[in-house]
Amino acid sequence: MDYLLTEEQIMIRDLARQIAVEKVVPVRAELDELNKFPSDIMKALAQADLFGLYIPEEYGGLGKKSLELCIAVEELSKACVGVSTSYAANALGTYPILLYGTDAHKKTYLPDIATGKRLVAFGLTEANAGSDAGGVQTTAKLEGNEYVLNGTKQWITNGGEAEIYTIIAITDRSKGARGASAFIVEKGTPGFTFGKKENKMGIRASSTTELIFSNCRIPRGNLIAKEGMGFIIAMKTLDSSRTGVGAQGVGVAQGAIDEAIKFAKQRVQFGQPITSFQAVQHMLADMQTMTEAARSLVYSVARFVDSGAKDVARASAMAKLFATDTAMKVTTDAVQVMGGSGYMKEYPVEKMMRDAKILQIYEGTNQIQRNVIALDMIKEVTRQK
Amino acid sequence: MHIIVLVKQVPDTSEVKINRETNTLIRDGVPSIINPYDMYAIEEALRLREKHGGKVTALTMGPPQAAEALKEAVALGVDDVVLLSDRSFAGADTWATSYALSQGIRKLGAFDLIIAGKQAIDGDTAQVGPETADMLGIPFVAYIKKIEQIEGKKMVAERLMDEGHDVVETSLPALITVVKEINQPRVPSLKGKMKAKSLKVTTWSAKDINADENKCGLKGSPTKVVRIFPPTPRGQREILTGNMENQIMTVVRKLKEQSLI
Repeated sequence: MDYLLTEEQIMIRDLARQIAVEKVVPVRAELDELNKFPSDIMKALAQADLFGLYIPEEYGGLGKKSLELCIAVEELSKACVGVSTSYAANALGTYPILLYGTDAHKKTYLPDIATGKRLVAFGLTEANAGSDAGGVQTTAKLEGNEYVLNGTKQWITNGGEAEIYTIIAITDRSKGARGASAFIVEKGTPGFTFGKKENKMGIRASSTTELIFSNCRIPRGNLIAKEGMGFIIAMKTLDSSRTGVGAQGVGVAQGAIDEAIKFAKQRVQFGQPITSFQAVQHMLADMQTMTEAARSLVYSVARFVDSGAKDVARASAMAKLFATDTAMKVTTDAVQVMGGSGYMKEYPVEKMMRDAKILQIYEGTNQIQRNVIALDMIKEVTRQK
Repeated sequence: MHIIVLVKQVPDTSEVKINRETNTLIRDGVPSIINPYDMYAIEEALRLREKHGGKVTALTMGPPQAAEALKEAVALGVDDVVLLSDRSFAGADTWATSYALSQGIRKLGAFDLIIAGKQAIDGDTAQVGPETADMLGIPFVAYIKKIEQIEGKKMVAERLMDEGHDVVETSLPALITVVKEINQPRVPSLKGKMKAKSLKVTTWSAKDINADENKCGLKGSPTKVVRIFPPTPRGQREILTGNMENQIMTVVRKLKEQSLI
């Protein structure tokens, strides 16, 4: 398939692919086994300017958009979703600043984010606030010229590794969802510490920790936009980033197909390579068709987002939902095609299958995505009446 | 500091097939790459620039299409590139190549260090580095695996040997060749690739670098390839350790056993 990518988009794809092949594939099994953050790979991505992809040129970035980010994320995900999660979480953490930050916020933080000098993380989820983002209990109280943060964020990607954190906290509990606000908190601020590193099923190269705020005082100026904007900022951030999770799904699915077909061509049973059996051929055909459909949807939605469309919630939810359900199905089938070998750690598909699972869960479970899609459909019909 | 890197465009030998009838390489349709050892030279130059400041210039001699190798160097972060290209350079052996390179380096002006890969993977001679240094009248050190320190006009580096390494001190400017143990080459950057895409590579002819045409290309090449054969493998070696007196006794005994003394 030709997606009519521009010369620059092809350049971005080739560069991300080169990093994936040369720097990620040789170490992915070790990173997975040891639960080890890929610092060297982050450095290589920084040197290649990939952290600046979606940052405007005036702040030292390349001024590209969703589609370019999706292309890079897809290539990295073919090799390792743990690595691509560590990379893409930067975009997630940066969107609140990019979309709603003041010029001063942007000048302070974006140049370092663009060069990869400082990593970023986004902190919304808490023990009692997962799919129900309204359950946030972390508070921020204005005292003079400072906000004082108290509470604990859970399962935060890039926790401990990032230098810059965009945090959602409650400034006025009486207002419910309208009482939440978004803040920038820097690592090293007194009262801001990290909990234990989680031991996960997949994406083990990525760091996932608690963020603990205990009378953590930050300058008043670190409030993003206005008090009460927290949930809108969080939702718009997720709308912007969701397509990227879809791209992760496309990448890991394609990575698994590439491994499965390579193996199947060599694996001989009943005196012939198993690719000569229709049972295997049909599985491979279905896997590739689903993945191509997911890629088409992800690229289309990314282009829609990049066109400046106002409401992208439904489209980005569909891209995330379809591509990540596809990833789970395709990686599971890749293990099946490879049989016993696929189940062993000597081959990368068992890891891909474990990694794919998180894509159906994080940045909004696929059940929540269905809610978003259905509610938007119903709203549209209601409006038409 | 000003660092000059010597690069060579070579066929990607991992893609080359051999014509079984003539025993020669089939080069048609084989992609060209920067000689892999030169990639380590470029990386080391970029690291030295990051540490000490200054600029990196990549220089190559070759046909017009060798400009592609220089563009790749720019994508990796090299500041300036120069291609030496002239019909009279064609058919050059290592001597004539070194002559052209040394003339190009003279035109580039002042420099602190020249880095090249230990050899090119197509010819495997490892001669252009030392010959160029000799023509420029500067010190040469081969097989550098680590640059320990550069201070003023002095450099301390580790030279890889069959057993372990030597620590070598040299005055600067000097020419060194590097081995793959020295670093891990980076991948290009997006900004570098974009810069490379629109770059017009500076090309110098024989006249531009004041080269005597009789010393260039085939005319200036004393090398005659008479026959090509694989080298005979080295004999078994044994390294003696321990007490010096015992070592000497062992040597004497072994020589006697073989009736050599």
